[in-house]
Amino acid sequence: MKKIYLAALLIAFSVLSLFIGVKSISITDIFHLTGDQWEILWISRIPRLISIIIAGVSMSIVGLIMQQLTRNKFVSPTTAGTMDSASFGIMVSMLLFSSVGPLGKMSVAFIFSLTGTFIFMKILDRVKYKDTIFIPLVGLMFGGIVSSATTFFAYKYDLIQSMSAWLYGDFSMIMQGRYELIYISVPLVVAAYLYANKFTVAGMGEEFAVNLGLNYKQVVNLGLVLVALVTSVVVLTVGSIPFIGLIVPNLVTMYLGDNLKNNLSHTALLGAVFVLACDILGRVVIYPYEVPIGLTVGVIGSGIFLYMLMRRKSYE
Amino acid sequence: MVKVRGVSKKYGGKMVVDRVNVDIAKGKITSFIGPNGAGKSTLMSMISRLITKDEGEILIDDKEIGSWKSGELAKKISILKQSNHINIKLKVKELVSFGRFPYSQGKLTKEDWIHIDEAIAYMDLGSMQDKYLDELSGGQKQRAFIAMVIAQNTDYILLDEPLNNLDMKHSVQIMKVLRRLVDELGKTVIIVIHDINFASCYSDYIVALKDGIIIKEGTTDEIMDSAVLKEVYDMDIPVEIIGGNKICVYFR
Amino acid sequence: MSNRTKLSILVGISILLAVIFMTIDVGGHWDYVLPRRGKKLFAILLTGTAIAFSTIVFQTITNNRILTPSIIGLDSLYMLIQTLIVFLFGSTTLTMMNKNFRFILAVGLMVLFAGLLYRMLFKKEGRNIYHLLLIGLIFGTFFSSLSSFMQKLIDPNEFLVIQDKMFASFNNVNSDILLIALAGVLLTGIYFAKFNKYLDVLALGRDHAVNLGISYDYVVKRMLIVVAILISIATALVGPITFLGLLVANVAYQFLNTYRHKQLIAGASLISFIALVGGQLILERVFTFSTSLSVIINFIGGVYFIYLLLKENKSW
Repeated sequence: MKKIYLAALLIAFSVLSLFIGVKSISITDIFHLTGDQWEILWISRIPRLISIIIAGVSMSIVGLIMQQLTRNKFVSPTTAGTMDSASFGIMVSMLLFSSVGPLGKMSVAFIFSLTGTFIFMKILDRVKYKDTIFIPLVGLMFGGIVSSATTFFAYKYDLIQSMSAWLYGDFSMIMQGRYELIYISVPLVVAAYLYANKFTVAGMGEEFAVNLGLNYKQVVNLGLVLVALVTSVVVLTVGSIPFIGLIVPNLVTMYLGDNLKNNLSHTALLGAVFVLACDILGRVVIYPYEVPIGLTVGVIGSGIFLYMLMRRKSYE
Repeated sequence: MVKVRGVSKKYGGKMVVDRVNVDIAKGKITSFIGPNGAGKSTLMSMISRLITKDEGEILIDDKEIGSWKSGELAKKISILKQSNHINIKLKVKELVSFGRFPYSQGKLTKEDWIHIDEAIAYMDLGSMQDKYLDELSGGQKQRAFIAMVIAQNTDYILLDEPLNNLDMKHSVQIMKVLRRLVDELGKTVIIVIHDINFASCYSDYIVALKDGIIIKEGTTDEIMDSAVLKEVYDMDIPVEIIGGNKICVYFR
Repeated sequence: MSNRTKLSILVGISILLAVIFMTIDVGGHWDYVLPRRGKKLFAILLTGTAIAFSTIVFQTITNNRILTPSIIGLDSLYMLIQTLIVFLFGSTTLTMMNKNFRFILAVGLMVLFAGLLYRMLFKKEGRNIYHLLLIGLIFGTFFSSLSSFMQKLIDPNEFLVIQDKMFASFNNVNSDILLIALAGVLLTGIYFAKFNKYLDVLALGRDHAVNLGISYDYVVKRMLIVVAILISIATALVGPITFLGLLVANVAYQFLNTYRHKQLIAGASLISFIALVGGQLILERVFTFSTSLSVIINFIGGVYFIYLLLKENKSW
């Protein structure tokens, strides 16, 4: 697929997204919006669109970085415990610093998701059997353990149902004044772009990277910090959206090959288009109610992931 | 006797072993040689039912391997692959005693213990029989695994690159043991081997494979020939006689 | 200390704990207290053994000590079944519905799912077992996406009913179900008996096992089904305790330091009984904690497990 088609698709979906909702605003109204309609657009629809695009782009890019760093196609924030650690962090911040603002919550979530990702990388070092399939299995187990800890505290302090808001991504709660945090992702994605090549080299392994004169530790750490930051920002504003970081980069490499520099912009575009499409689908499928994005992506994403696993040649 | 009739194996559209026919003589050492990817290990794995064949027949003592009961076959034929990483902590003696599983299903009898002790003595492992496997060097470990196969006491013994990662001393030691197994106990040994000079010095027959096809088979003397080897390896390999053995001098 | 002594010590502790559990704070109401506690103790014994046994078998088959059988999605499926019943028929149905029927339904569905999963995967030659697990795990994510969605839609009172189901509890096990479960476990055990002798050999890995005359695929498939049945029974009986098996199996490996499965299984079952009875005692008598035992066990199991992963280890 050419970049230009993706871009066109993105624009088309964006426009569509602005005009879907309980309060009907027709596209023909665009030049004579009533004050009411304008307000809906401004307070709810546009913030929603922006956060969808940013979330889609940044989660996909972050997934790609993780896959480069670990040299494993099936590693992503969902399959490395990053998301679960971020949720754990949010739970901790709700528990200990309930009065703290979103920025404070984000910092706590960030610290936890970074720690979680580091632990996962540490585990990777220790695992002898570096099978492509085995690594994400370990990551998912690790995530399960972290979320069992989250459950432990949430249960004890009666937070289970309120936690589930963070555990499943939902764009319907996005409105002006409650989503701006997600802009933090923008400079992070830019940084990812600038460092793309270095991540690829670092992924070849420490000896290889050092041989090419790269400060290996620094690059890897930077990558993990980016991953953890973006993940915690997204989990905090939208909730966790599984699998995007996993399937979007994989779909792109399926038709473009493995060169990171070329893939970045495709991945970003496809990520936005994918999340946007899922969101629109979730909004129309049981209209006037809506299916939260975490579920739509969870269902579609796990379907695509299963397909990718099954079509992998069995002897690889 | 092992008879291979029209056996093929396909991986993802590529024929790794392509309609191979070969007979393996009883009471001899037969070496499979050939370049990387020739299908040697795949063929050996099929003969030992570790992987299934796509087509063809493999007869062991005139019975198709598919119609052998796996448990009975384990008393007839044994296989040792090249990488033998084991997850559990085992002593040498315990490992060797696993070789008796086909006979006693885990409940070791007196007779089993005789076989186990013999195998350990045969591989000269007596001094380290109570050591854990992970305390041993590569060569010692390899000997322990071969002892297990010896305890299994089968007519046919298949070894996939038994010299892999061993130094010269241990390589010679293991090849000598294989020779003794054939000469003293009348076993039939089949090995996949990369070092052509070891094949030349110790085997009776050589089967040369390339691209999944048998290019040539025959006595060691027939195969150890520059013209044949050129066909197998695509390079000039001068053969000289040193100390009564044909040795390939292909290093320059 | 020989393993025989170690096992005797475990038996001693188990008996001691069982006696304490039965007799503490009875206050003269023997005829009321004894049958109730007896049932509870029996439920603990049954699930503890089933989980310990199936985890050890599963880890032997997969040649890996960091995996647990529940990860093939059985826990999530169980939750989905419970949520679905509440979602479709309301919480009154869940409590009113014939308990035996509900139990058999849950077990049946879980075994059916596991069976389908195995079938699908073993059709193709050369798929490794991690493939199976990862696909099961993704199905698990899929199921829990669905449950979370439904949990969002139902009202908080009904949610409480489900929340009770989320965490294993030994308190309200009724005796009919106990008998059914016991029968199920016993029948499975008898069926398994003929495969028992293969366990030690299977631990050597596939190639060695085939060489030593085991019909590997035949045996492993049947063992996996036995594992699935036992885990399903345990889960349907008391609820999910995902990481209990992981915890007790690894403690057993460390404590007994042997490869012999007879000892390992006996040890792990005893340890699991001790952990559950001891945990329950501490919970009820010492802390009067408002949390479920399974949540704590998952938490402790998880932490211990991460410790295992990070410490130098050769067994995986």
